[in-house]
Amino acid sequence: MPDQNTDPADDPMGTEVHSAFATPTPNLASMESEQLVEREQLEPEDPEDKDNLEDRDDRQRERARSLWQDAWRDLRGNWIFWVSSLVIVFLVIVAIWPGLFTSTSPLACNLSNSLQGSSSAHPFGTDNQGCDIYSRTLHGARASITVGFFATIGSVLVGAVLGGLAGFFGGWWDAILSRITDIFFGIPLLLGAMVFLTAIDSHSVWIVVAFLVILGWPQIARIARGSVITAKQQDYVTAARALGAGNSRLMLRHILPNAVAPIIVVGTIALGSYISLEATLSFLGVGLAPPTVSWGIDLSNAVQVFRNAPGTLFYPAAALSITVLAFIMLGDAVREALDPKLR
Amino acid sequence: MGRYVIRRLLQMIPVFIGTTFLIFYMVYALGDPVNAMFAGKAVDPAVAAQIRHQLWLDRPLWEQYLHYMGNIFQGNFGTAYNGEEVTTLMGTAFPNTLKLTTVAFSIECVLGILLGVFSGLKRGRFVDTLVLILTLLVISIPVFVIGLVAQYFIAVKWHIVDPSVAYGSPWQDLILPGAVLASVSLAYVARLTRTSVAENVRADYVRTAVAKGLPRRRVVTNHLLRNSLIPVVTFLGTDLGALMGGALVTERIFNIQGVGYYLYQGILQQNSPTVVGFVTILVIVYLVANLLVDLLYAVLDPRIRYA
Repeated sequence: MPDQNTDPADDPMGTEVHSAFATPTPNLASMESEQLVEREQLEPEDPEDKDNLEDRDDRQRERARSLWQDAWRDLRGNWIFWVSSLVIVFLVIVAIWPGLFTSTSPLACNLSNSLQGSSSAHPFGTDNQGCDIYSRTLHGARASITVGFFATIGSVLVGAVLGGLAGFFGGWWDAILSRITDIFFGIPLLLGAMVFLTAIDSHSVWIVVAFLVILGWPQIARIARGSVITAKQQDYVTAARALGAGNSRLMLRHILPNAVAPIIVVGTIALGSYISLEATLSFLGVGLAPPTVSWGIDLSNAVQVFRNAPGTLFYPAAALSITVLAFIMLGDAVREALDPKLR
Repeated sequence: MGRYVIRRLLQMIPVFIGTTFLIFYMVYALGDPVNAMFAGKAVDPAVAAQIRHQLWLDRPLWEQYLHYMGNIFQGNFGTAYNGEEVTTLMGTAFPNTLKLTTVAFSIECVLGILLGVFSGLKRGRFVDTLVLILTLLVISIPVFVIGLVAQYFIAVKWHIVDPSVAYGSPWQDLILPGAVLASVSLAYVARLTRTSVAENVRADYVRTAVAKGLPRRRVVTNHLLRNSLIPVVTFLGTDLGALMGGALVTERIFNIQGVGYYLYQGILQQNSPTVVGFVTILVIVYLVANLLVDLLYAVLDPRIRYA
């Protein structure tokens, strides 16, 4: 039979122990969670441990850990978490104190040095205007990370509050909010960006942040609404309500801690995509504008010259991709740790 | 089913009005189109007033909006400020973008689902890891960088295709731009399919199908895939609208005179009939695609029934 000549590891119905947890309903939010499945610990970690498995279980039961303690225990052992966190910490340091790593000003440009290859004075070479690419790449971290960070905080706050309230109270408020999020989903993102940002003369970081918050919060609101509705139906909420807990206590003490996990995960991943979006907006000529130094501006300047000087495109693109990658992987790791189905 | 469709269509109305009004308002906020028409040159106030009156620009915003929408439902999308009918512009722009989107969407569906199924079935193996790493890389690089680099290597350096798309957008020219446009969505489709397949591979119905002695191909296509495709179809549906709007960047890199090109021009010239007209069509496409997706659920999964 064709099914039986494959080796057991390949066979889905093989000897593997099956998870005790029901298969979760697949949805859009599980997009980044593909590694979840195989991370499940279906066998005891240590063969020697098999004998005292029950002892260990008893020891673990002595002290009930919260979801967050559990998550932290999980994260501590995950190298992806550590690598991406280290990269992010490094990036934040570069964003705050770029002067630590270079003494060259990103705006000290000399046209006679235009498009030079790497040298001891300019390790990454120079761009079209004769600016030092190494220095511009380091200084560009600030604008890009500021945009990503504050756009995420803003859209998470607005989205979580509005979506969470809609999920909690339901009714007409929920209906209106759902239609409003539909409206924002209907506008193609780049198109809205073109119109909105052309209408505004200023091209500061905060304008771009404001725009990303305006178009970004509906996504978070949908997820917040969904997870609050799920949390609201749990028995512990009914129990707390039966004990006389008020709405604000229910929301803050019982629903928030249990509904916040997916929002954090989506927020981390959104942060990466906002940084990428900022670059695309600069490419279209509506994002940040000089003298701000950002990876997006450098990339859009490189468009004309990168065929002769690949470094102009490569270094800012690499910095941007590493940043986005770090945030996506951090989001993945946190998602894995927070998903109780996987323990 | 019929009642469900009607309810969904009714729900679309406020969304349609809201989205178009929002865009209408944003274009209105771009500034006075009369100034843009004369490219900043001094205009005779009487002439300016005359033009404003003709274009309904001297009325309140809501009146302008109602007037505009009333015309749209009679098939009149108005005239761009350079005298061309917006419907004529659409006639040249939409076929190009539609072709590009079709190419991108086909690549996305076929390649994305194939890669996803393949790596989902072989999870933990080399192929799987490779697909995961590659898709993560594609997601982390902005599309325009992918586009520029692909254009440089494939078209300029190796001469495999032309770097720019010829007039009329022949299909063979659109393969590279289509692949670039599809790249990020393809990565998402592959990952989504993989997750879904990897979850469902352990489901009882797959075990049953295998136990019945069905050939592996039939288990995968009829039992596993059909059940795994629901989240993928959701994503594909919302992505269709995003692809048409997101073609802006790809069209610019590969010099395709599609929707993105005309919209870009329209925004720069503050040409509200063009911008709002094109966006209206895009919004309708998006809404209809979402409705179709929801109806497709019932086809894919007979357990889902609409009352």
